[in-house]
Amino acid sequence: MLDPAVRPGDDVILSVKDLAVHFPLGGGLFGSGHRLLRAVDGVDLELKRGECLGLVGESGCGKSTVALSLLGLLTPTRGRIVLDGHVVTERRSVDRKRLARIAQMVFQDPYASLNPRQTVRRTLEDPLRLHGVTAQSEIDGRVAEMLRHVGLRPEQAGRYPHEFSGGQRQRIGIARALILNPKIVICDEPVSALDVSIRAQIINLLLELKESLGLSYIMISHDLGVVEHMSDRVAVMYLGRIVETGGWRDIFERPAHPYTQTLIAAIPDPLRRAPIATARGELPNPLDPPDGCAFSPRCRYAEAVCHREPGPSLETRPDGHAVRCWRADEIAGQLPS
Amino acid sequence: MNLGTSAIIGGMLFVLAIFVGLFAPWLAHTDPVMGANLVNAEEPPSWIWWFGTDAQGRDIYSRVVHGARISLTVGIVSQLVNSVIGVTLGLTAGYWGGWWDDVVNGLTNVMLAIPSLIFALAIMAVLGPGLTSLLIALGLTNWSFTCRIARASTLSLKSQGYVQAARVLGYGDLRIMITQLLPNMIGPIIVIGTLGMGGAVLAEASLSFLGLGIRPPYPSWGSMLSEARDQITTAPWLSVFPGLAIFLTVLGLNLLGDGLRDVLDPQSRSRRT
Amino acid sequence: MTAAPLIEVEDLRIDLDDGAKHVAAVEGVSFRIDRGETFGLVGESGCGKSITALALIGLLRRPLSIGAGAIRFEGREIQGLSAAEQRALRGNRIAMIFQEPMTALNPVSPVGRQIAEMFVLHKGKSWREANQLAVEALANVRVPAPERRVKDYPHQLSGGMRQRVMIAIALACDPDLLIADEPTTALDVTVQAEIIELMRNLCAERGTAILMISHDLGLVANVCRRVGVMYAGRIVEERGSDDIFRAGAHPYTQGLVDSLPRLGSRAALGRSRLREIAGVVPAISDFPSGCRFNPRCAQATEICRTTVPETTWLGAGGLVRCHHHA
Repeated sequence: MLDPAVRPGDDVILSVKDLAVHFPLGGGLFGSGHRLLRAVDGVDLELKRGECLGLVGESGCGKSTVALSLLGLLTPTRGRIVLDGHVVTERRSVDRKRLARIAQMVFQDPYASLNPRQTVRRTLEDPLRLHGVTAQSEIDGRVAEMLRHVGLRPEQAGRYPHEFSGGQRQRIGIARALILNPKIVICDEPVSALDVSIRAQIINLLLELKESLGLSYIMISHDLGVVEHMSDRVAVMYLGRIVETGGWRDIFERPAHPYTQTLIAAIPDPLRRAPIATARGELPNPLDPPDGCAFSPRCRYAEAVCHREPGPSLETRPDGHAVRCWRADEIAGQLPS
Repeated sequence: MNLGTSAIIGGMLFVLAIFVGLFAPWLAHTDPVMGANLVNAEEPPSWIWWFGTDAQGRDIYSRVVHGARISLTVGIVSQLVNSVIGVTLGLTAGYWGGWWDDVVNGLTNVMLAIPSLIFALAIMAVLGPGLTSLLIALGLTNWSFTCRIARASTLSLKSQGYVQAARVLGYGDLRIMITQLLPNMIGPIIVIGTLGMGGAVLAEASLSFLGLGIRPPYPSWGSMLSEARDQITTAPWLSVFPGLAIFLTVLGLNLLGDGLRDVLDPQSRSRRT
Repeated sequence: MTAAPLIEVEDLRIDLDDGAKHVAAVEGVSFRIDRGETFGLVGESGCGKSITALALIGLLRRPLSIGAGAIRFEGREIQGLSAAEQRALRGNRIAMIFQEPMTALNPVSPVGRQIAEMFVLHKGKSWREANQLAVEALANVRVPAPERRVKDYPHQLSGGMRQRVMIAIALACDPDLLIADEPTTALDVTVQAEIIELMRNLCAERGTAILMISHDLGLVANVCRRVGVMYAGRIVEERGSDDIFRAGAHPYTQGLVDSLPRLGSRAALGRSRLREIAGVVPAISDFPSGCRFNPRCAQATEICRTTVPETTWLGAGGLVRCHHHA
């Protein structure tokens, strides 16, 4: 169903408003005292056509839950997701097939993400058939073209996944994601399971395909170097919420949230002496989040207000840089040293 | 013994049994039921009567050959029914979870708690003897292991990336189960099925032995044993040859199952080549 | 080079023999680590870095075995030692921490007991004393409330805490060498930074040498003073860590450095296509002849395909194995 507010052709191809995904965790025998895991709690996102949005954060921050909700694989507790003009979150209108032609996903593990019993050809053909392409000549043509796009030879289509190396498998995974000509591709840690010397090949391929096919990406990664290289805009998540979002320069050169600063400082820079640990302790238990700002127990700037009041709402500045921090104005831009 | 050779030996025994069953009319010397002639009663094995004859003068060899048809039909068909029931229940329970999973789990536990032969006996008692009721009784009582395996495989497979990817591509639940999950669990299912087939051949023999399976005069290995019961000392060939047929078939199926377990085990295929 | 090095590996070959085929998984590996020094081995999966470490600590098991070469700890050959002497060396003088602390810790024993065990086993302490020392050891790795944490089981701790426990066990007997095999790969970056800081500080205080093994060149160069880059079972370059990054001599090292997007490089240089290393990582069973990097190397010539390159000594104790090194 079409959302009157957002027409196809608009600049914004994906918009997420106040997305929340809560998982009830089984408590007592009679369902009493069960607890709520707020995996995602009030996330707003916007992806423009042709843009790459980096979504960063550590494990358990909710970035994968966001991705699954965007693809319609999880039903959000509340919020509204509009993909290319189609509202995904109204339960009755979820048409998984239509959604599949809009948004696709590239998975992290190239070994677990291909069906070991299917040849590459079947992996690529079946989705086409399912989506109404019946002429064998067209199917063959599209499969061969897609394999060439991702740097494989069409003759390799008859092989099984185990006959390929990790990098080649990831190329097959990318081909599968693109075979239905989607507009949005969600890349979930697309290179972190690959050998280091192979990663550049896949990163270059993803960027080339984005240009040549006019794709929009959501790039989920914990590798800030990769995110900086690929993204136009970046959103930083912590414990189910976005704590900072902005253009890549804003995030990496003028990080304003202490958590973003911590993340950047923690990357080992080979030409600097040491990675700097500026946050103490680890991610709090999401079942028992701290009072006040979620980052306050680890934050070296935390004051009384931070421990008392939940983080402020995401203040967007005129340049599009938004930060959820009580002391953002005081600490903006100073990288810890 | 190497598991590869055990699969080959087991497979050969099983294929031999199937061959005998298929070509029984050509292999048999006489009609297994009508070929009675009291003149030849209770002949011991000889060059004319390979496996000897029974009290009515029927050729035991011909009856064992024809018995293969019934025993194997019961073994194969009832195990197929079991596999289909077990896979359907296990796959859907594992994939959908929720109340359906609870129902299937409960049912499986009940089935595991009742000795399947006793359960089959009860069904036979209601339906009466005969091939059809035998197939129903054995086909409904032995699916719980298959169900368990299918459910456990589904639970571990459904979080795999390719199952997720299929959902993202818009595959329906049924299509995911058939094209993504089933092919990846078929190995253990076949192993369980092969072993179950041996069990079904034995169960048929037991039920027929108790007089609840195939009724005389039609020959099944179990009913032949049942008839031979009284003459076990005077005419041992009456029980030895059908017993040997059961033994070799079940042994073959078990060897085949064990061998296949090794061949089909996904762990033994390396992820990286 | 004055005193004997703490550990010296000379021309080590590790054979992989699974009945059907017989290949050398590691070949011609030599390096030395001095007392209190930090040395890193970097490479991709299958390059042989982890099994080299296992050989050092005497834990190679079939189908792997030492085919040739020598490993000397304080001048004594490790292979010449009896099983009991080797056991006394392990844990006591050479300790190791692994990538996944959950699998390296005993799940059914409280962590305090696992630390105390080291004191009982190697230092002959009574359990009473050892338990006391275990609390101290946990405090040393900055575990909060150590007297309560000693009673916890591994599954009750977070990944970072488990790795701290692993470090406490490893450093319990003040070893001379700590082998850290991908110690932070399973951890988040902020936790990784803490663990690395902790490991460096503790080892520096006690004068413990570190052999760090990782696929992350940036991390290793950061922690270690010298780095050996391994490719397909051989060390292709060994340098001071700054030199490796600023002026790698081997085409593979250069490729690794150039192919990874580094934080800040886009701001400084703009977004350019990453330099790729072509091809795939070779499997152990079909390492190419000559220089093993030659099928993926842009500078490869005929000699690279036929002849194994000799070691070329560079300044400041560095070395490279390449016919056309920079």
